[in-house]
This record gives sequence, C-alpha cells and structure tokens, in this order.
Amino acid sequence: MSPLVAVLYIVGIMAVFGSAFALTTIAERKTLGRMQNRFGPNRVGPFGILQPMADAVKMLTKEDIVPSSADKLLHFIAPLVLTTPVWLNFAVLPFGDHVVAARFDAGLLFFFAISAASELAVFMAGWSSQNKYSLLGAMRAIAQMISYEVPLVLSTVTVVMMAGSLSLTDIVDAQSSYAFGWLARWNLFTPWGLAGFGLFLIAATAESNRSPFDLPEGESEIIAGYLTEYSGFKYALFFLGEYLGLFAVTGLGVTLFLGGWHAPVKALAWAPSIFWFAAKFAALIFVFIWARATLPRLRLDQLLAFAWRFLVPLTLINIAAAAAWHYSAWWGFQGAMATRWVLCAAIIGFPYVWLGRSLRGGSPALRKYTYAE
Amino acid sequence: MLSNLPFLSCAVLTLLAAIAAMTLRNLVHCALCAAASFAGLAAIYLQLNAEFVGFAQILVYVGAVAILIVFTILLTHGSDVKAGEPVRSSSLWTGLGVAAVVLSALVAPITRSASLWLLPSANPQAPVAAIGRVLMTQYVLPLETIGLLLTAALLGGVVIAMREKPARKTPTKPSRAPSRELSHAA
Repeated sequence: MSPLVAVLYIVGIMAVFGSAFALTTIAERKTLGRMQNRFGPNRVGPFGILQPMADAVKMLTKEDIVPSSADKLLHFIAPLVLTTPVWLNFAVLPFGDHVVAARFDAGLLFFFAISAASELAVFMAGWSSQNKYSLLGAMRAIAQMISYEVPLVLSTVTVVMMAGSLSLTDIVDAQSSYAFGWLARWNLFTPWGLAGFGLFLIAATAESNRSPFDLPEGESEIIAGYLTEYSGFKYALFFLGEYLGLFAVTGLGVTLFLGGWHAPVKALAWAPSIFWFAAKFAALIFVFIWARATLPRLRLDQLLAFAWRFLVPLTLINIAAAAAWHYSAWWGFQGAMATRWVLCAAIIGFPYVWLGRSLRGGSPALRKYTYAE
Repeated sequence: MLSNLPFLSCAVLTLLAAIAAMTLRNLVHCALCAAASFAGLAAIYLQLNAEFVGFAQILVYVGAVAILIVFTILLTHGSDVKAGEPVRSSSLWTGLGVAAVVLSALVAPITRSASLWLLPSANPQAPVAAIGRVLMTQYVLPLETIGLLLTAALLGGVVIAMREKPARKTPTKPSRAPSRELSHAA
C-alpha cells in the first residue's frame, strides 16, 4: 500500500467515524426522546440538529479540573489510552469491496487484542482519580468487561470455524454467494449464526458499557463511575472512546454475521458496497439505542451471573451446533436442509430453555414492601 | 543503524518500562509499567513478522495478566504507598540468585541450539492458518494437556477462594480472580 493510500484511509476513517460520533449523539438523544414521549434536544438549529456542535463547544471551553489528590500523570493519560487504540480497530474492518485499510491474516485476533487496552484505561481513570465512586466504577467496569469478553470471543468462534480464517476479508468472502439464486448466504441465516448473533449483540452491549449494562456509570448509584472526576475535554474524550468502541464492535458484528458489505438479495447487488455496510451499521446502531431506551439496568451480581451461568454455556453449545451444521453439510436426501435446521436449532434451543428456567429458580415470590404500604 | 531504529525504540521502551516496573515505589505504577513492557515485547514480535504471537501477547498479557495483577493489588490493599521506605527489597540477593539460575538455564540450551546458526530466510512468515493447523494436528496432545492443566488450576483457584460454610444459604457469587483464568483456558 502506498503512503498516499494509507493517509487517505487514516483521514477517511477519522473523518467518517468522527462525524458519525457527532451524528450518533444527536440521533440517540432524539430517538430516546421519541421513545420516551418527549422532544429531545430541539433548540440549536432546525429540529436541534446542530446540538453536537454546541456540545463540542461547551466541552472544549469548559475548565479542566483535576482533583488535588489525583495521580496527575495517570489521570491525564487515561483518556488517551482509551481513545487512541480504539481507532486501530477500524483498520481491519472491510467497509466495502476492496475497501480495507489493513489485511491481516489474524484480523479478528488483532481486533480483540486492541480492545484489551480499554480495560487498563478504565482502571487508570478510576484509580488515579482517588475517589471511591471512581474506583468502584472502575472495578465494576473491569469485572464486567472481563466477564463479557469471554462470550464475545466465543460467539465469534463459530464464524471463524465456518470461514476457516481469522481474516475479516475472508470471512466476508465466505458469505458472498446467494442461496436459491437470490437470498444472500449471511451467517445470520443459519441456526448457529442467528444464536451467535444474539449472543454477540448482548456481549457487545456489555463490552461497550451501554444500557442495560451501564453499571460502571450507573448515575443513580455511583454518580458517573470512573468518569466522576473528569470534566471538559477529557470527559469528551472518554465519550468519544466509548462511542468509537461501540462503532467498532458494531462494524465487527456487521462483518461477521450480516455479510459485511454484501447486499441482502441478489437483485440489490448493484448498489455500492459501502452503502450496504453503512445501512447495516446504522440499523445495528439503532438497535443499540432502542435497547437503551427499553431495558432497565441490571444489578452487579445478576450481571456477572448472567455472563458466567448463561452466556458462556450457551456460546459453548453454539459451537457444537456449528460443528453439527458443518458436518451435516454433505446430506443430500430430500428435506436435508430442513432436518439440519431443526437439528441445529434443537441443539441450541433446548439448553436455552432449560438454562433459562433453571436459573430463574421457579416463579419469584411476591415482593413485600415493609415501609411502603 | 537507521534500519534498526524501530527495533531499537521498541527494545528501549520495553527495557525502560521493565526497569521502572521494578524500581517504582507505587505498586499500581509498577503494574502499569509491566503492562507497558509487555506491549513493547509484543511490538518486537510484530516486527519479526510474528503476527499471531504478537497479538496473542497483547491479548493475554496486556489484556489479562496485567488486569489480574492490578486486581490483586487493589483487593490486597497493596497500593498504599509507604513514604520514606527504601525500594530495595530485603530479599534482593535471593532474587538476583534465582534470576541468575533462570538466565543460565535459558542461555545454555539457546547457545547450543542449531537454529541459532541458521541463516535468516529472506522473508520470514508464520501464517496463522499454518500455526492453527499444526496446533490441531501435530501438537494437539500438548495443547490438550495445557488445557487440562489450566482447568485444574481454575478448579484449584475456586476451591481456594471458596469459603467453607456449614449450611449454604445464598448461592456463592462467581469470584473474579479465577474467572480471569477461565478465559485463558477458553
């Protein structure tokens, strides 16, 4: 790759996802407002669409306050350690036909390795603030990120097994053909892919600290978690880092399960590949916003139990389902496809029902309010 | 000299971070410097075109081991700085002795290894697919043995962390330290 192309990729990624950050903040606030039966921001510009600009000016001109007892160096470095590596995640994502900044053999591994830095950054932020809420938030965040990294990685293993490669471009190529001559062969349209996508979405929501997994920043409990002692530009950097992390993992979800830049049906394959990537990307971001508007926050022990007792076993079983799907590919008899579907769906479905019921422990007793009646 | 610049900068970063990890007074700073030195080592692997080893180094050491160390420090309140106390440990000479023994045990086989005298190939490559294939065929027994060992270590960690109670009333929460090891095994 010539230096000029490399610079173009860098500038393009930073410009597109930087402005996507601004757009997502306003889109998220507007959508949340709509879903909660209120207006959302509507004062700056027509329909409030210039709100991100106002936010940016406010953030950049705010006074930067560092607590006197804080560990000054670490307090300063933490937002940089969070925000800088996140950009690297976009290097391996194939945004379109032949539009990928770096073709690594081990692209998926690279993606997860880079994400590891954010845990350290969160710890640095929480510890260096010398504030109990910050430290509590950081401990919660790390416990959560470590726990949900396991199902996140395990849910992608099925895709790697099927494509036979860790390279994200190869994984997209593996989903490029069309079934029955018109329907795309996305991983989503297989039983293991459907289950894997669900598990991936849950784990990805938790990894990016979004509601209903936003315990590290639970406002009603620990102020703002590890962000408590940050203000102005550094606070904005943390938000940028979190949203970029969300974008990166969304792009990964599109690449792994939704066929990357391929069109959903063959008749629509004439549209530019980047358009399809952007459309799927925007749809997934909307799902994340939707979940935030709908679901209440979990408790910490529920959160960890959910990861270790429910998600991890299910991701492991999903790998078995993918193996069954793979080894039944040679079946040629009448209705083989339907049999494979039923078989693989049963492998995941029965443990799902059984685990879900046994973990719930029967119907919950009616809650008694001692002081509120 | 100039062509060695990337290697030299990575090596200097790794060594400086390692020295800082041993000499700084605050344990959390030491742990973070250790993480930086792990990352520097990963950069050196990447320069040698060892993609897989480099990424695995970051994933396992920066992502898992450093976090584990930091958690341990926080849970044991080791981060309280004691002012005026010398950094020099009382067991300095023991540590140096152990280090010397380990070093000699490593140096002896390395100098005797035949691969040291091989000419470097023009474009060293270790594609991930090839590594995976070899791991799953030729080295599948060692791999599975390591998996078994890690599982045993995990169970041991759970047993150590478990508090013995005569009658269990509340279900025990998953403890954090062993959970980190599970992701290794997984």
